[in-house]
Amino acid sequence: MKYDIVKNSQGWVYSETVKKHFFHPKNFIRGDSPRWKFNGYGESGSAACGDVMRNWIFVDKRSQKINRFGWKTYGCASAIASTSILSEMLLENGGMKINDALKITPTDILDRLGDLPIKKVHCSVLGDRALKNAIADYFKFSSEKMVGK
Amino acid sequence: MFNIYLDFASTTSVDPQVVKAMAPYWTDIFGNPSNLYEIGRQAFSALEKSRDSIAKNLNCLSEEIIFTSGGTESCNLALQGLARNFPQGHIIISAIEHHAVLNSANYLKRQGFDLTIVKPEKNGIIDPQKIKDAICDKTFLISVMWVNNEIGTIQPIKKISRMLERINQQRIARAQKKIYFHTDACQAGLYIKIDFKKITADLLSLNGSKIYGPKGAGILFVRQKTPLAPLFFGGDQELGLRPGTQPVALYVGLAKAIELVENLREKENKRLAKLQNYLMKKLRQKFPNIILNGDEKKRIAANVNISVPAVEGEALSLMLDEEAVMVATGSACASSDLKPSHVLTALGISDELAHSSIRITMGRSTTKKDLDYFLISLEKVYKKLKQISAITEFL
Ligand SMILES: Cc1ncc(COP(=O)(O)O)c(C=O)c1O
Repeated sequence: MKYDIVKNSQGWVYSETVKKHFFHPKNFIRGDSPRWKFNGYGESGSAACGDVMRNWIFVDKRSQKINRFGWKTYGCASAIASTSILSEMLLENGGMKINDALKITPTDILDRLGDLPIKKVHCSVLGDRALKNAIADYFKFSSEKMVGK
Repeated sequence: MFNIYLDFASTTSVDPQVVKAMAPYWTDIFGNPSNLYEIGRQAFSALEKSRDSIAKNLNCLSEEIIFTSGGTESCNLALQGLARNFPQGHIIISAIEHHAVLNSANYLKRQGFDLTIVKPEKNGIIDPQKIKDAICDKTFLISVMWVNNEIGTIQPIKKISRMLERINQQRIARAQKKIYFHTDACQAGLYIKIDFKKITADLLSLNGSKIYGPKGAGILFVRQKTPLAPLFFGGDQELGLRPGTQPVALYVGLAKAIELVENLREKENKRLAKLQNYLMKKLRQKFPNIILNGDEKKRIAANVNISVPAVEGEALSLMLDEEAVMVATGSACASSDLKPSHVLTALGISDELAHSSIRITMGRSTTKKDLDYFLISLEKVYKKLKQISAITEFL
């Protein structure tokens, strides 16, 4: 059952996973940008709509895996939790291949989160779009480099 | 349980004296006030005593008090009940009305009435001149709330009602129809003395839920000779305007709540004003970039509505909840339509800032210690969310 309200008498209607990632988000960036080297940057959303996400990736050229991923999100609990869980999905098992990362759909994020209240689903869409923008940026970045050679 | 409730504009607790006053009417004097035998008569007498007491406190006639189920019903009855006696015409409301008025007016628009929605000034106050400018020959109803529920701004109801009195005199001299005036006073009763000899409103809504009375109880003041039709049909209770067996206990409680408000108002206003000053001062010290929504002076003493740039209101209120602090937010994420508060956007503030707003409303049990705890929690939670935020600063 999905609720349109945030709390009910039983406590949180968000899943335990959402709650965990909201209160203890993983892999977010302190400060304005990562202190580590990155080769892709993307963002999505707008403050006017209530959600903004920025993310940075470092893709290992040889393995084509996302070795590092960091994010910053302005938004509600769902937006924060969905970005945090996306980072977990990308970084586990030594990093996800970019080809697989490009295939991540909002449904994948939702499945991983347990349930979000119906009207909050747009928040998870934000995460995969920002990631795709970062990967596109990486491709642009690496092809420019190749041209430069 | 330890918690800090700072959402009194949403609803108050019921005063223990109100609970006590209601007690006999659930089990002992449970009769239907329309019945002639003893417990019916006793219930009837309690009902009418309650009505008289309210009328005395509001300086109006007992026959002018219609008991309803709360603010929403009162507002609906005022707008739609009046419109039922007008085949067509023009209605004016403010852009910061509660949904009870806003959606009633929108419904009437769909039914073929003309509707003008007057925007407030940047400070959240309606300019009476703009109401005046919106009036046309077909206007038959104006509805402006007395105190806004989100930003606590006090509307110039006395000015508007005086202005309408003059306009109505001219209209009557020209054999034109009078314009009726409704004010939603649900958020005003605690802080402002309502005196029907001083304002010429024809209709006024009040509810128990905001004034330490029972939920599910409200009144609509209907000035004599105001042509109102009921919204639904049944017996002749409440002059036929609101049929159905009256929940006597609730109205006994409502009358008691209003009586207590009259006794406590002045003292509470002073006490809350001090707390409000203190809270604003501390907030500005700790968060120099916060923005106060709504006029700083022309607001009720219980309300502080701020936008905290770079953090989102729903996230903020959820994290505060985890600290056992309860506040409201105007963020879209907390609403069912994913749109930020219509009140905040009507002030002309950006959607960003509307998303970042929280409303703190204090009540009878609020102490300085509560505010200190709130401030500490806010600082903690703000730091956390600011660190995550993709927005460093915006205006
Ligand atoms: C200004 C205003 N009008 C109307 C209402 C509706 O009152 P109720 O919830 O009692 O129906 C409220 C309370 O939510 C309010 O604040």
